[in-house]
Amino acid sequence: MKTRLSYYYEKGIKYLLGLIAGTSILILFLIFFLLFREGIGAFHYVGVLDFIFGTKWLPVSEPPYFGALPMIIGSIIVTLGAGIIAIPAGIGIAVFLAEVAPRSVREIAKAVIELLAGIPSVVYGFLGLTVLAPIIKDLLNLPSALTAFTAALVLAIMALPTVVSISEDALDAVPREYREASLALGATRWETTVKIVLPSARSGLMAASMLGLGRAIGETMAVLMVAGNAMIIPHSIFDPVRTITANIAAEMGETVQGGLHYQALFGLGIVLFTITFVINLITDLIFTKTSSVKRGASL
Amino acid sequence: MNMLKGDYMGNKNKMETRNLNLYYKGFQALINVSLPIKENTVTALIGPSGCGKSTFLRTLNRMNDVIDGTRIEGEVLLDEGSIYDAGVDPVVLRKKVGMVFQRPNPFPMSIYDNIAYGPRIHGRKKKDDLNEIVENSLRAAALWDEVKDRLHKSALGLSGGQQQRLVIARVLAVDPQVILMDEPASALDPISTAKLEDLIHQLKSNYTIVIVTHNMQQAARVSDFTGFFLNGEMIEYDVTNIIFTAPRIKRTEDYITGRFG
Repeated sequence: MKTRLSYYYEKGIKYLLGLIAGTSILILFLIFFLLFREGIGAFHYVGVLDFIFGTKWLPVSEPPYFGALPMIIGSIIVTLGAGIIAIPAGIGIAVFLAEVAPRSVREIAKAVIELLAGIPSVVYGFLGLTVLAPIIKDLLNLPSALTAFTAALVLAIMALPTVVSISEDALDAVPREYREASLALGATRWETTVKIVLPSARSGLMAASMLGLGRAIGETMAVLMVAGNAMIIPHSIFDPVRTITANIAAEMGETVQGGLHYQALFGLGIVLFTITFVINLITDLIFTKTSSVKRGASL
Repeated sequence: MNMLKGDYMGNKNKMETRNLNLYYKGFQALINVSLPIKENTVTALIGPSGCGKSTFLRTLNRMNDVIDGTRIEGEVLLDEGSIYDAGVDPVVLRKKVGMVFQRPNPFPMSIYDNIAYGPRIHGRKKKDDLNEIVENSLRAAALWDEVKDRLHKSALGLSGGQQQRLVIARVLAVDPQVILMDEPASALDPISTAKLEDLIHQLKSNYTIVIVTHNMQQAARVSDFTGFFLNGEMIEYDVTNIIFTAPRIKRTEDYITGRFG
């Protein structure tokens, strides 16, 4: 009797968990579906290539123009800029914490850094606008402080906790045996870190970088506040830019539901979705390639 | 055979500890250990878990330096020079005194790169040199024939026994004088263990070997000298044959005959 009961209990839990997992996948598909249903009209009207490569975005002129290229470039520049700053810095900090710092320092620093991840993005935007932007303006002698560079810097600071935290976990997961073997062969600690620990943690470091980039490309509020929002194709990183996310947030309030402008904004959502999807896909491919060496370990 | 083993008494002391004490955060892990390690012999260290034999082994190439909170008193000599002198660089020392760990720990890279790792960090860059070192090391570790066709495949695809011989080859590649082995066969099956023991026999003509083992038959089979450790002290040290047939001290006899441990 008892075994029958526990059998149903087990089954019940199994289906419950399956239901929850299934629901989250379903919601993902619904989002996907909604995005396409609302946005596809804009592609019909403008044409996919003109939408992506068009350089004029004039949604309320007559006739309206919907060319998203300035924003696509804006998003890519800001995200890449943030990545170029945040990934080396984050991995560097993680190496310091995992390999150099004494345990007490590591525990405290990690807790503080993880706390940074919890600060609302609007606060970062606010700090970027009032503190960082004036400093950059004076330092580089720019006409306006609200540029792609400023946005990249703010995003880098925001992405840093993610990169540090996950990188540190990845480095920490490298077996102590690897380090000991390397040291016992007469390698210095630095050689051990560079030649053994970092390569061994490669897939984790990659994940950290991608999650950091993911945070950067999806970020809206802080970028809206510090990027300058000019609808132009930037000539340098010190020009103001408008990102896809910032544009959606800024213009959504002015649109009529179901109207062409509204659909165009959803179209932008599709573009953004596609960019992140491609980034994830590339990462995934790199992952499976690099981890095939690791998989040998379990054989 | 017994006579032969006795003959090693005349070998010079490759390494030696004198009144070695080791403290780990207030706990004394080694108490007054004095032990010679004769050149071109195999010295086995036996004793129950936690008796300090692995800790002792790690003092011989300063691997305990890596662990925070360890402090050492007494002397550890290599070719009559103290290895804990201020002028000694542990990195240089570890090139001379190599180490094989309990669990096989090849790096997650190819067989070739595993072996070439040590020579590369010590400045050997020429491909011909490295090829030669890799082949010689693998031959010396009795692994060449098994892996020569897959040198550039991941080392993690090898069996446990092959991995352990790979690790030994990796140590040989940096041309050490002394090889420390910390229970090298404890994760291996009997056939791999037998191969490893054969290898240890072959290696001692060129190297000085210190092996920590839980397995007393293994100590009896592979070693020329045996030291028995208990609670951080070295209880008895002698020619292996004597330790296993006529130990002078009762506690050694009790351990060897299986009365505790």
